[in-house]
Amino acid sequence: MTPKNLFQKVWEAHSVKALSNGQTQLFVGRHLIHEVTSPQAFGMLREKGLPVRYPERTFATVDHIVPTNESSEPYSDPLADAMIKELRKNCEDFGVTFFDVSTGKQGIVHVVGPEQGLTQPGMTIACGDSHTSTHGAFGAIAFGIGTSQVRDLLATQTMALGKLKVRRIEVNGDLAPGVYAKDVILHIIRKLGVNGGTGYAYEYAGDVFDRFTMEERMTVCNMSIEGGARAGYVNPDETTFEYIKGRPYAPKGDDWEKAVENWRSFASDEGCDYDDIISIRAQEIPPTVTWGINPGQAIGVDESIPSPDKVAEDEKAGTVEALEYMKLTPGIPLEGTPIDVAFVGSCTNGRISDLEEVAKHLNGQKVKDGVHAIVVPGSQIVSQMAVEKGLDKVFINAGFEWRAAGCSMCLAMNPDKLIGDQLCASSSNRNFKGRQGSPTGRTMLMSPVMVAAAAITGQITDARKVFQN
Amino acid sequence: MPLAKINQVSGTAVYVPGDDIDTDRIIPARFMKCVTFDGLGEYLFHDVRFDEQGRKKDHSLNDDKFVDSSIMLSGKNFGCGSSREHAPQSLYRAGFRAIIAGNFAEIFFGNSINLGIPCVGMDAEDRASLAQWVEANAETQVTVDVDLLQVRAGNLTLPCEMRAGARDSLLNGAWDPLDELLSVSSEVDQVAKQLNYV
Repeated sequence: MTPKNLFQKVWEAHSVKALSNGQTQLFVGRHLIHEVTSPQAFGMLREKGLPVRYPERTFATVDHIVPTNESSEPYSDPLADAMIKELRKNCEDFGVTFFDVSTGKQGIVHVVGPEQGLTQPGMTIACGDSHTSTHGAFGAIAFGIGTSQVRDLLATQTMALGKLKVRRIEVNGDLAPGVYAKDVILHIIRKLGVNGGTGYAYEYAGDVFDRFTMEERMTVCNMSIEGGARAGYVNPDETTFEYIKGRPYAPKGDDWEKAVENWRSFASDEGCDYDDIISIRAQEIPPTVTWGINPGQAIGVDESIPSPDKVAEDEKAGTVEALEYMKLTPGIPLEGTPIDVAFVGSCTNGRISDLEEVAKHLNGQKVKDGVHAIVVPGSQIVSQMAVEKGLDKVFINAGFEWRAAGCSMCLAMNPDKLIGDQLCASSSNRNFKGRQGSPTGRTMLMSPVMVAAAAITGQITDARKVFQN
Repeated sequence: MPLAKINQVSGTAVYVPGDDIDTDRIIPARFMKCVTFDGLGEYLFHDVRFDEQGRKKDHSLNDDKFVDSSIMLSGKNFGCGSSREHAPQSLYRAGFRAIIAGNFAEIFFGNSINLGIPCVGMDAEDRASLAQWVEANAETQVTVDVDLLQVRAGNLTLPCEMRAGARDSLLNGAWDPLDELLSVSSEVDQVAKQLNYV
């Protein structure tokens, strides 16, 4: 048999037919929804008088608009309050399972799916959110969709999609101390560009990924879209199976062994074809920080702010625009840039291992006066685990605000926002103009430990100098 | 009602310069606190058009000359970032019926085609000529010809590109795939049964 990569195998298993426009009608096994991109889709179903075709394959939670500093409804923001109620009603009317705030299982949709064991190898998974690529960490093909496609999935459990090419990105060797999964993906995007992945799914491989935990793999897959790749995945292995085992929606009893055997069969075959292969040496990856207004505008923490005369001709205008927006001087060291806000959280870095890693370093340290530091667990379950481990106290003692689960300041559709041109050291995934809620707010993306170092020193700093332990 | 066959779009054009214009820029997240897409047109490119006091900034979309334009011209990687369909919805509701750019981020492209908004790619040199022409001829029609894959403006006839499947779906009036997806429910059930997960 011709060896195949995981993408090809999953694609074939879920293909229904070729459509008249040349795309494939693809069956999507798991559909995740949230309050922002689903209400209009339910509206379209009602307009057409259509039911949800497979309600047992759709799961909902609420994340973008939930306030992280108030828990009782009605929320102070009437628009947010209307959105959560609309989702609740839609789930009730159409028979969709909803991990509501009252269930103790609510959280960012890309934290909740894996946490519940809903995300499994060999699946197709879609959600009206571009960071759905996160679920690829389990060897699933997972991608973000628009609201019309949310409607298509609700109505038919299928959608029209063109087949993607597959680029294998191998990272081999040892990461330097203080270099995290976040740095790996920021480095990949820096090297391949923010649209380098257009038309591709990324297969992340190499011994760095073999050693990574599931949560590290999720951090990398999460930001595939920031490199233009609609999906990113890691082949399933023992680490994957171990993570899934025992979770609420994981196969149980006799089904477990059968499932593992089946999952294993989806991994890319030895000698299979790829449309492209790229190799990166782990040793070359520095703690990486974005200085500009897209995630590809990133440099090592010990580098200087780029100068427009030193970049390629077609990057000049973008560099000038980014420097002006970020109010940065070209040629000066990135380290030492003062920050106003520090944000630990998001679907990229809001999982328990992220909080543990930061807390391990924070012990005994204090957030610099004048810096507003918040930590937002990715889900209620992450929050509960953190509290059981006493991490909330470590953060609070260091001067962080400990918040309730949600997307929070990653995109500021809730009360957590930058004010004016505040500069935020952020563990999130996007540094677009205005992304964190203020039209002039500035974002620098980095690993959660680097965010903590910035919070403590009040400026962008190589965390390894701050945390000597 | 059958969908319109979209062979070409004609209208006046506006140039919005810049590469990597993301969907947060097209429609900032705070305007997505809504349960319908109605009214999104008002907030198109809000934060680059208005300052924090709500005063108009210097932006081509605020220029009276371009106020009725229905074709947008921009740079590379247009529509990158979030998958929000609110972005093409706000463009549509602000009157835009076609977009010309260097190239498009994938999810944005698919969302736009789904709404019947042709998105055509054009190389940098031709975009520069077209931008110059648009600035000088704000009142004159531009045609995005989906069938011939060209953009016509005055004496200019510039080649453009679009993925074959997307182009066919516009030309054939099949850009919203829902009816076709609904038409084969037994085949869908069969695929569902073969999968070993619910």
